[in-house]
Amino acid sequence: MGERAIEVKGLRKSYGDVEAVKGIDLHVDQGEVFALLGPNGAGKTTTVEILEGYRSRTAGEVGVLGHDPAKHALDLRRRFGIVLQSTGVDPYLTVRETIEMYSGYYAKPRPADGVIELVGLAEKRDTKVSKLSGGQQRRLDVAIALAGDPALLFLDEPTTGFDPSARRNAWEIVRNLTAIGKTVFLTTHFMDEAQYLANRVAVISKGEIVAEGPPDTLAGRDRMLARIRYRLPAGAPSLPEWGQAPVGDGSYEMRAEDPTKTLHDLTGWALDRRIAFEALDVTRPTLEDVYIELTGGEEGSE
Amino acid sequence: MSVARLALRQVRFTNKAFWRNPAAAGFTFAFPLMFLLIFTTILGNGETQIPGTNLLVPQSTFYVASMAAFSIITACYTNLAISVTFQRDAGILKRIRGTPLPSGAYLTGRVIHATLVGVLLVVICAAFGRVAYDASIPTGATLARFAVTLLVGAAGFAGLALAITAIVPNADAAPAIVNFSILPLLFLSEVFIPLGKHPAAWVDFVGKVFPVRHFTVAMQAAFLGTPFKWSDLVVLAAWGLGGLLLAARFFSWEPRK
Repeated sequence: MGERAIEVKGLRKSYGDVEAVKGIDLHVDQGEVFALLGPNGAGKTTTVEILEGYRSRTAGEVGVLGHDPAKHALDLRRRFGIVLQSTGVDPYLTVRETIEMYSGYYAKPRPADGVIELVGLAEKRDTKVSKLSGGQQRRLDVAIALAGDPALLFLDEPTTGFDPSARRNAWEIVRNLTAIGKTVFLTTHFMDEAQYLANRVAVISKGEIVAEGPPDTLAGRDRMLARIRYRLPAGAPSLPEWGQAPVGDGSYEMRAEDPTKTLHDLTGWALDRRIAFEALDVTRPTLEDVYIELTGGEEGSE
Repeated sequence: MSVARLALRQVRFTNKAFWRNPAAAGFTFAFPLMFLLIFTTILGNGETQIPGTNLLVPQSTFYVASMAAFSIITACYTNLAISVTFQRDAGILKRIRGTPLPSGAYLTGRVIHATLVGVLLVVICAAFGRVAYDASIPTGATLARFAVTLLVGAAGFAGLALAITAIVPNADAAPAIVNFSILPLLFLSEVFIPLGKHPAAWVDFVGKVFPVRHFTVAMQAAFLGTPFKWSDLVVLAAWGLGGLLLAARFFSWEPRK
């Protein structure tokens, strides 16, 4: 990966006595999709709004596209696009007028129609914003963020409130963005979103980064024991000693350090006795399992 | 693009959006005309005395001048302050703030649009007054001074509008707070009610301190032939400038939490 698009060192932010962000380090490479994960109130939005230049910071170093957002906010706004959590656009303008209006703020905007198409609003281009569904308005938000053809995009919980198919669509949009070389800084509390989109994730909890890495290997997820689960058919002989670990619903479960060998032993035993296991399943801990562990299952509060 | 061009571009979009809310736009225009009709009808077609002069003027022409002043105040103060607060609370201002559009260009665009609406209202009031009440219309040098008065008034009240949004906690409270700040002055400053030859001393004092009566008096000069004083415009401009300075310091682009 190339140069750093974002570099943060020792970032702190206090609101009065409350320390919302407690000295975090993170970086995002150019062309990367980086996801900041965390429950509500963990400091995600505070962090991203500092990077966007909306908030001042209490301490630490922040570089976005090589500039300090606290000093060069206007310059930076020419080069990044923003999707914020709760913002609005004028309800009485149409989709196309809205994009035209925003395009005019940039030196080299993307063609309005292309942007509208990219987010799948072509059919709604002459519809007033007030007549769009929630998901469509969110897509319009993304289109606005893309209007200036930015190198870097901030997406703050871009799919909150979407129905499942709208989320899939939004994900495709983000994938399209990375295909055209954009860097994306994403915040989300959806694990599947991070898993699907991000090259790298950081988990923030109570203002601190508690883990950071590619979603597949986050917090040693790839090295955790695999879990093998199965049920015995009715009338099957009892299991050998090593396989006995019944769980609540009548299934058996075992943790395997070497799942290849364990499975071989297990299925060998079954084949010898002409038994077919029911609901045989081998899983690794999901990103969500890791996340719940890292954030202590803390309830969001915001 | 320069800030001026960006501001003018913004006027176009603001204007489009303005007319697409016909209810809001309609009432903005209905208000001054309605008051002009009501006041003239109720208070009759008699004559009234302008404080500090010996001039007796027809009540109807008095109200054409008053409602012209009221038009500018409605468009550039009341409506602008309420509308900007709504946009702030809807997150529209925050969104704009995340783009390279200079904040001054956006606000200038809003102020220019409010001024245009105000001027259009004044023209309608004057035309209506001319047709219905045979009111005199400013011409020549009076017209030029009238134009300057309109612009200084519009800019001044717009500056104050931006300033007051800073103390409006949320959009729901905006109409109440903004109206509370202006309605008493409208009553005490010869907009709604003529003050007669000798207004009470405290009323006179309020009129001298606050900007509304200075504006009304300058408007009267255009329509009623009363003396025009540049000092009235200086007071207006000073208030506007003060408003702008406060707005520059305290104006919020995000909803207040």
